[in-house]
Parts: sequence; C-alpha cells; structure tokens
Amino acid sequence: MTQATVLYDLPGPRARRRNAIIGVVSIAAIVGLIGWAVYRFWQTGQFEARKWEQFQYAAVQRELLAGYLATLKAAGIATVLALLFGALFAAARLSDRWILRAPATFVVELFRAIPLLILIFFGYYVPLQYGWSIDKLWALVIGLTLYNGSVLAEIFRAGINAVPRGQSEGAYAIGMRKNQVIRLILLPQAVRAMLPAIVSQLVVLLKDTALGFIITYPELLFVGKQIGGRLAFGLPYVPTYLIVAVIYIATCGLLSVLAWWLQKRMGRARKTSAAVLPTKDFGDAGRTAI
Amino acid sequence: MAEFLRVLTDNWSLYSQGFTNTVKLFLVAAVGSLVLGTLLGAMRVSPVPALRAFGATYVNVLRNTPLTLVFAFLVFAVPKLDVNIDYLPAAFLALTLYTSAFVCEVVRSGINTVATGQAEAARALGMTFLQVLGSIVLPQALRSMVPPMMSVFIAMLKNTTIAAGFSVLEAGAIPAYMSERGEPQFAVLLWITIGFLILILPLVVLQRFLERKLAVAR
Repeated sequence: MTQATVLYDLPGPRARRRNAIIGVVSIAAIVGLIGWAVYRFWQTGQFEARKWEQFQYAAVQRELLAGYLATLKAAGIATVLALLFGALFAAARLSDRWILRAPATFVVELFRAIPLLILIFFGYYVPLQYGWSIDKLWALVIGLTLYNGSVLAEIFRAGINAVPRGQSEGAYAIGMRKNQVIRLILLPQAVRAMLPAIVSQLVVLLKDTALGFIITYPELLFVGKQIGGRLAFGLPYVPTYLIVAVIYIATCGLLSVLAWWLQKRMGRARKTSAAVLPTKDFGDAGRTAI
Repeated sequence: MAEFLRVLTDNWSLYSQGFTNTVKLFLVAAVGSLVLGTLLGAMRVSPVPALRAFGATYVNVLRNTPLTLVFAFLVFAVPKLDVNIDYLPAAFLALTLYTSAFVCEVVRSGINTVATGQAEAARALGMTFLQVLGSIVLPQALRSMVPPMMSVFIAMLKNTTIAAGFSVLEAGAIPAYMSERGEPQFAVLLWITIGFLILILPLVVLQRFLERKLAVAR
C-alpha cells in the first residue's frame, strides 16, 4: 500500500525497517500455525490414501452432487419466494394506509427478531406432531423465506426512502399518481443503489440452507456427515468437511464477488449532471449481513 | 390459553436451563469475538502486508462458510485430529470464530470512515501514533462502529440456537426434548419465540438509543 491511510503516514526508512521486521516475524508465526495444523493432520493420518480414495468413486461424487443440488434447490426456491415476500411487505410498509402499514411492520419486525432455526422448527416440529406430511424441503424453505423476506423488505423500504425527496416531490408536482411515482421514479433509482445489499442477503440465504442439516434435510452438509462417517474409509470427517467447505466457499465467494462487482459498477457516475444515489448497505440487516 | 401457560409452567426447569445456556453462550462468545475481531481488525489496517493478507483471508473464508459447517467441523472433524473438545467449548469456539470475522469488518470499516485529514492534522500538530489513535481516530470511529456492532451481536444471539444441532442444551434444543414429552409444539415454539423477544428487545432499544445519541452530521 503506497497511499497514506488514516492511521499512519507513508513510512520512512526506520518505519519501513520496523514494518519489515514485524512482517518477517508475523509470516513466521503464520507459517508456524499452518505448519502445526498440517503436522497435526499428517500425524493423525488425514493424508492417508484410504481417507481420500472414496472421492474417486462416481457414486460418492454423485452423492456430493445430489447434496449440492439439494442445497441449491432450497436456496433457489427460497430466493424467489423471499424476493416476492420482501416486495409485498415493503410495498405494504410504504403504503399511506395504516391498516396495511401496521400489520406489515409487525410481521417484518417479528420475523427479523426470531432465530431462523426456530422459524424452521415451526415448519418441522408442528406438522410432525400432528402427523401432517410436510416435506423437509418446505420446512426449510418456509423458514428461509419468512426470515430473509423480512430482511429484504427492510432493504427495499430503506432503499426507496433513501431516494432524495425532491424526486418524488417533482413527480407528484407534474401530476403522477403514487403508483407511478414509485414505479417510474423511485424504484429505478433505488434498485441500482440497493442491488449489492440484496445480493449480500442472498449469500446469507444460501449459507443458511446449511441449517437443513439440523432437520436432516439431505443437503450438502448432511451428505458430508454421511460420507465422513464411513468406517470402511477410516471415518474421513476431515477430508470430507474440507471438500464441503471448499464448495460452500466457492459458491458464496462467487456471489460475494458479484455483489462487490455490482457495487463498483453502480458506484460509477453515469453520464448525467444529476447527483446519483450512492450505493450503500441499507437497513441494519443489510449493513452487517451475518 | 390455560394449556398454553401449562406448557411453560410444567417444563419450567427445561426452559430456564435452556435460556441460561443461551445467555451464557452469548456472553462468552460476545467477549471472545470482540477480542479476536478487534485483533483481526487491527491486522487489516496495519502497515504490514502479511498481517493484512492474513486478516483478509480469515474474513473471506469465515464469511463465506455457513456457521453450521464451522460447528460440524469442530464437533465431528477436530476430535479426529486427536484434539479433545467437548460440545460446549466447541459451541463457544464456533460462535467466536465465526462472529469475529464480522466484528473485524465492523472495526475496519469504522476506522475507514474517519477522514484521512483528521489524522494528518493531528500528526501535523506533532501527536504520536498513540495520541492520534486514542484522542482523534478512535473516538470518531467508535461512534460509527456501535450500531453495526450491535447488529452483529443481535445476529449472534440468534445464531446460538444452531448449537442445538450439536448436543448443547440451549433454547434451540428445547423442541427436541419436548417432542419426547409429547407437548404441543406450537406452544413450545411460541414460548421460545417470546423468550428470544425478551432477550433481543433490550438490545434493539439500546441500539436505537445509541444510534440517536451518537449520530453526527458528516
């Protein structure tokens, strides 16, 4: 980094020397840490061929793929439903009628406060007790939809509210109806600004499909547990979870890169003299998508 | 309604034990992730490239990994490395490792909100690094860190329920026990929801209060 930051100036000769020493020491510490981990892996036989050989089998690869597809399926359905839920409730919260606004506010605030796992349990344990047949997929999807839909509703609402007031005032002044103002004036500007926040929330949704493991929905993590628990291959939990982690990190990383790219792209000023709404995270959920 | 109340009173010891463990998990992981996250945040804004790279890698790996996978790795895979770790410490560790990635990002972006000119002016006045940090940068950065930090901790409180899938008796594990006792699950889950609302509301109120109190025109 050649640019001075808020914390320190451009380093002079002494600071450069000191930083180099700290750098060497910390590289040694990091290498030592990784080395210790690798040694531990090696010592406990995690690199034995026996623990890895089942990943060569087509059946095991198909198993992993099926798990991955189950994860993507749950995430895909929940994404569509959550976007719809979010749009609907954001519209209700932006309404001029309190009879629409009040219940929508209650629902959105409530579902954001309940732990996602408890929402999923509502869809899992309640039907289980009364003997109704509900697919585990739908228990998971319902939970994901309610929670992420509520968060998305907040992102949408905050995004629309962040458009400068002059825009809607101007639109009303030339005689547009509320429907037209939101559809033609506010939404096009707001979507540009909130797209990164939406994608970040979808990454969260994708990660949260892993909760399906707890209700034994056969997604990637669940399949990983089964593959890892095979005694014939020496209980290869470590190799299996490493592979599962790589798949998750690659998938979510790809989406995160998309969010980052959108942010950069949206941040570029358009060929206009008007001020462009800056891209930012909206709502306290979007700000720290966790 | 009487039935609804009975579910709570009959199973009071299970509920109180579950929520006590939830609060315990929350407090320990909050302190742990605050310490580790601040350390990682300091690495990410340090002038040493190796530390910056390490911090960035840690954050990007942990942020793109489901918390459930972190739990599963600590509970199922780590014992295979001949490291003995009990369920409860594993839950503390998983929550801490995962949450500190988010705390790190809050710390980093909080420091980055302070205008460079502020510290440049301070250095021009002859202040030392610690003076710049202590009386110029941190007081301004902390203001913008508080609300998102509260959001992270609220999310972490809700995430403690995941420990239920890994043999820790906390609030999220109550439905599984109740299923054996044959209690009506809807009432059981409603009481858990109420419990979480009671825990979360003060945090949300505190967050809104601090947000108003610390708001500055920039």
